[in-house]
Amino acid sequence: MRSCELLVVGGGPAGLCAAINAAKAGAHVIVLERNPSIGGQLVKQTHMFFGSRKQHASTRGIDIVGILESEIAAMGDKIEILASTTALGIYEDGVVTAMHREDKYVKFKPQAIVVATGACEKALAFENNDLPGIYGAGAVQTLMNVYGVSVGDSVVMVGAGNIGLIVSYQLMQAGVNVKCILDAAPRIGGYLVHASKVARMGVPILTGHTVKRAIGREKLEAVEIVELDERFKEIPGTESIVETDTLCISVGLAPLTELLHMAGCKMRFVGQLGGLVPLKNDELMTSVDGLFVAGDTSGVEEASAAMVEGRIAGLCAAKKLGYVAEDFEEELSDLKAQLEALRSGPAGKHIRDGIAHTALDVEAQYV
Amino acid sequence: MFEKTGIASFEMVMSKFPSAERINKGKVAVAECYKCIPCNPCEDACGFNAIKVGEDINQMPVVDPDACIGCGRCVSGCPGLAIILVDGSISEESVDIYMPYEFLPLPEKGETVKALDRAGKHVCDGTVIAVDNKASNDRTPVIRVRVPRAELYNVRNIALKGEEA
Repeated sequence: MRSCELLVVGGGPAGLCAAINAAKAGAHVIVLERNPSIGGQLVKQTHMFFGSRKQHASTRGIDIVGILESEIAAMGDKIEILASTTALGIYEDGVVTAMHREDKYVKFKPQAIVVATGACEKALAFENNDLPGIYGAGAVQTLMNVYGVSVGDSVVMVGAGNIGLIVSYQLMQAGVNVKCILDAAPRIGGYLVHASKVARMGVPILTGHTVKRAIGREKLEAVEIVELDERFKEIPGTESIVETDTLCISVGLAPLTELLHMAGCKMRFVGQLGGLVPLKNDELMTSVDGLFVAGDTSGVEEASAAMVEGRIAGLCAAKKLGYVAEDFEEELSDLKAQLEALRSGPAGKHIRDGIAHTALDVEAQYV
Repeated sequence: MFEKTGIASFEMVMSKFPSAERINKGKVAVAECYKCIPCNPCEDACGFNAIKVGEDINQMPVVDPDACIGCGRCVSGCPGLAIILVDGSISEESVDIYMPYEFLPLPEKGETVKALDRAGKHVCDGTVIAVDNKASNDRTPVIRVRVPRAELYNVRNIALKGEEA
């Protein structure tokens, strides 16, 4: 068993930013990343980021990985990255277990933990939804942008949130025929600049529509789509058939919180944040002393916000270990102001509404 | 309607364009950002203080057409690909539109392409005057296309001949 100061679980944007800030403050950090290389979802995000300069706006996600890697390299041996290592559990004595590759079981005894495990794609129930050719949009983006594999010749996208819109655009860049983008909601959920990008390529965005069933024997051949009323009820007689060999599902993400459950963190179901999320204080510490969270695992948001949360969690976890950064107060208030700016507009309303239910100090009101 | 289709109405488009008088003087940026999102790289990209988002990064950008010299740094810097340049000083008959275009193959200078509107409909043909893919564009090439003046407010995209519009 290895003793360590700070253990960060997850080498995506939130986890890496947490590691960097904690190391800057003086802590020694080990980062566990289940994939063979770090970067999380950034490694497939070929689009430019929104936000402001401090969150690398206008830079492509794939290039932000390199920026974070050089910040990590500058920390020397303060940050140790353990790739191909999947955290398996957090026990009541504070021990964290992990599997390195497929054969080496390792144990850690950290003094503080940042859980930044991200989120997973939600599924959609419809007839034949297990036919080959039906994918999560994130999986398609990984196959396409990381491995250079095209999943099919034509795609119907379900979900007009940012991921559905961005992956549709990237599929078109890869030469795939995107037939239409469906969304059950009456309005487009993603940023409208993304919607306009695909609209002017001639791709119809069909709000108030969903997939009724998949059609095909061995693999997907077509989908039946149907119009929905404002109460999400199917309108009989509006069914139509769209031929396609690929269907992409992009109906939202759910926080990956298994480790937090196991550690005994107080959780609450908050729909606006994607599902069950941990309660936390304004330094992003959960109800378990020394256990911090950052990024999508504590509520699904844009990666810009995940990076800022990571920086806050790293700064505060280091403080918990006794490493108080010289400009702690100043940096913390700057980071909080950045989060506030990212969340303060109409696009951040659901996040603000959701976060109002996750503060540890409001817990008392619910009991 | 825009929130259902992603296609801006003519009135919305017109609200973002500067006066015809300004357009006829030479190239100028048009920021087609119609909804408040947390984003301000256009403001940072501009070296002439011609685009303002302001303290609250959720505000929509406002272009000052008199301060804008049409350098185009905002066109490739906008993460939403929402900014174009228009230039009405070319001739009586035609205008030039500079649009971000992130698809391969890129058109060639002098090539005739299909000019598409905001719904992807082929509205006229255009001639490619220049393809700007310099390193500072960071893989967002900007295509300068000459189209008939009547299509100034309609053209927003291109497709190569032989590609489906």
